[in-house]
Amino acid sequence: MAIRERLSGNEAVANAMRQINPDVMAAFPITPSTEIPQYFSAYVANGKVDTAFVPVESEHSAMSACIGSEASGARTLTATSSCGLALMWEELYIAASCRLPIALACVNRALSGPININCDHSDSMGARDTGWIQIYAENNQEAYDNFVQAYRISEHKDVRLPIMICQDGFITSHAVENITLLEDKEVKDFVGEFNPKEYLLNEDHSMAIGPYDTPAFYMEHKRQQAQAMMNAKKVILEVAADFEKLSCRKYGLFEEYKLDDAETAIVIIGSAAGTSKDAVDALRAQGKKVGLLKIRVFRPFPAEEIAQALKGCKAIAIMDRCESFNSQGGPLGAEVRAALYEAGATPKTVNYVYGIGGRDVRVENIEEVYKALDEIVAAGKVEEPYRYLSLRD
Amino acid sequence: MANFKEIMSRPERLTGGHRMCAGCGGTIAARNVLKALKPEDKAVIANATGCLEVSTFMYPYTAWKDSYIHNAFENAGATLSGAETAYNVLKKKGKINSTYKFIAFGGDGGTYDIGFQSLSGAMERNHDLVYVCYDNGAYMNTGIQRSSATPHFADTTTTPVGSVSTGKPQNRKDLAEIIASHHVPYVGQTTFIGNFSDLHSKAEKAIYTKGATFLNIMAPCPRGWRYATEDIMHVCKMAVETCYWPLFEVIDGKWVLNYKPKTKLPVEEFLKPQGRFKHLFKKGNEDLIAQFQKEVDERWEQLLRFCEE
Repeated sequence: MAIRERLSGNEAVANAMRQINPDVMAAFPITPSTEIPQYFSAYVANGKVDTAFVPVESEHSAMSACIGSEASGARTLTATSSCGLALMWEELYIAASCRLPIALACVNRALSGPININCDHSDSMGARDTGWIQIYAENNQEAYDNFVQAYRISEHKDVRLPIMICQDGFITSHAVENITLLEDKEVKDFVGEFNPKEYLLNEDHSMAIGPYDTPAFYMEHKRQQAQAMMNAKKVILEVAADFEKLSCRKYGLFEEYKLDDAETAIVIIGSAAGTSKDAVDALRAQGKKVGLLKIRVFRPFPAEEIAQALKGCKAIAIMDRCESFNSQGGPLGAEVRAALYEAGATPKTVNYVYGIGGRDVRVENIEEVYKALDEIVAAGKVEEPYRYLSLRD
Repeated sequence: MANFKEIMSRPERLTGGHRMCAGCGGTIAARNVLKALKPEDKAVIANATGCLEVSTFMYPYTAWKDSYIHNAFENAGATLSGAETAYNVLKKKGKINSTYKFIAFGGDGGTYDIGFQSLSGAMERNHDLVYVCYDNGAYMNTGIQRSSATPHFADTTTTPVGSVSTGKPQNRKDLAEIIASHHVPYVGQTTFIGNFSDLHSKAEKAIYTKGATFLNIMAPCPRGWRYATEDIMHVCKMAVETCYWPLFEVIDGKWVLNYKPKTKLPVEEFLKPQGRFKHLFKKGNEDLIAQFQKEVDERWEQLLRFCEE
């Protein structure tokens, strides 16, 4: 029986964590994810979970403790944002290469400097090559649903990789929305018990983890890790199918919104997809054939599927809520363009940097993007393939 | 404490065949700490990046009989905090029956310096674990660079003696005192003396005292200190007899001096066998030795006050 609630994104994710009832959480406060360990500490303090909370002295130690805990055979999680994720950077790689299925609630926030506490994706995009699965949410319902699905993906025998469940700082994390929660038992049964095969506290035999790896083996280990990430795509879809049976909510690698017959489309991640859908509706009402592709899974990157979905479009705007400082555009722009090229698809593309450091994204801003796409279609060429949206003069 | 014969007859938990240098103090420290484990108890060992780690666990071989985790350079404290927390939860849930003890090993670089915050956090949270620093007074794994444990005037590759340099310009940090200020239940400082009963007894106390405990073991490095490898026991003895490296414990906040030399030897006896201090014995550098002696004296006097000797 579904539970109707009104929750912020942070409280929604904290609820998913409570329902999962993991063994260990190690976390350090940082805006805007702080509420997650706060809510969780209250669950611990009131006996709502069996979890041990480790109040570490930094995010680096948070991920270090998570690695120690998960390697010991305990289901482990953490939450962080921005510079906290950046401080974990070294440890993110180690968690992934040790094949530890830790879950991390990432509440996306701009990176310093200058210091800025508001939403953009530069934190998790900076971690895109660390070997973590990355799943993004448009709203609090998706953040909750994605977290409920996290361990089924990360702990799968063909995957065994850590997973980052991302939501937009403040916009999703702090805004209170209607949400439908699953029953505690439903989540418990869906997620299941964690029974790893190899772990430090295995009484049958000891184990050593984190070796010095010579050139004779390192490359093979990295290839195995790459294979696990490739395997994750199928597992993500299988878990989503099971989740749909339970919740009647359907998830894929990405969401296509009015994309079937679209001539122009935007590709976007996170909460601004909601704003963009309003723009699509408004323009559709005017008879314009516009559509949207919202990325849910960024790692593994579903390149072939994205190219297939976009191949009928004449022009596409790829929206990056972060900078890459490569003088060409953002990471999503680079990856979508590469996907289109490999597939031999020929839509014109333009890559926008938008909404960084919490710059507001309005329906009319997105309508401007569709207008620019019309101009590209009319001109048959792209001037300025790398642009900023809503930049002050 | 188990008697000497019993301790020495316990099976090795860090086996031979690893790649540490002959006569390495770090390996002697680790093997002898592990001797203090009761044979029936299991252990999880965390190791900061360093000589001990890269030489004992090179894929696909490990020299460690117990479960072992190497994470990174600066986080053995936090890593083992996570493992110990996992143990408590899984034990409570009835998923584990055996008794596990948790032991971290780090060199002075991974402990005094880059791992200091992680260590301090683990101590303050009072996890039931032992952190063992094998203090060889420099970053030996990367090639003898100075650390905050390096003694004054030591010749290292980042404090080289030169025409305008007399080696490391600063004094060393007193880590055992800093950890004692965390008000943890047990801190011990030791080195290799006689039949190792001081080390074995402190290791046993550290491992079997509930809560966070810390052992600081002076573990000479023949390459970095430049003494004849076979002289390690003499170097350790001189460190203790000159009061450069006193043997003491802090038990529930009470400072206890374990050994007071009848005649405190001049610090030259410790410095002389070591190539890293060779320049101190050049003509005209007598005042440097006097400065070194003064620092040793002041710290010794302070320790006597702490121990109410």
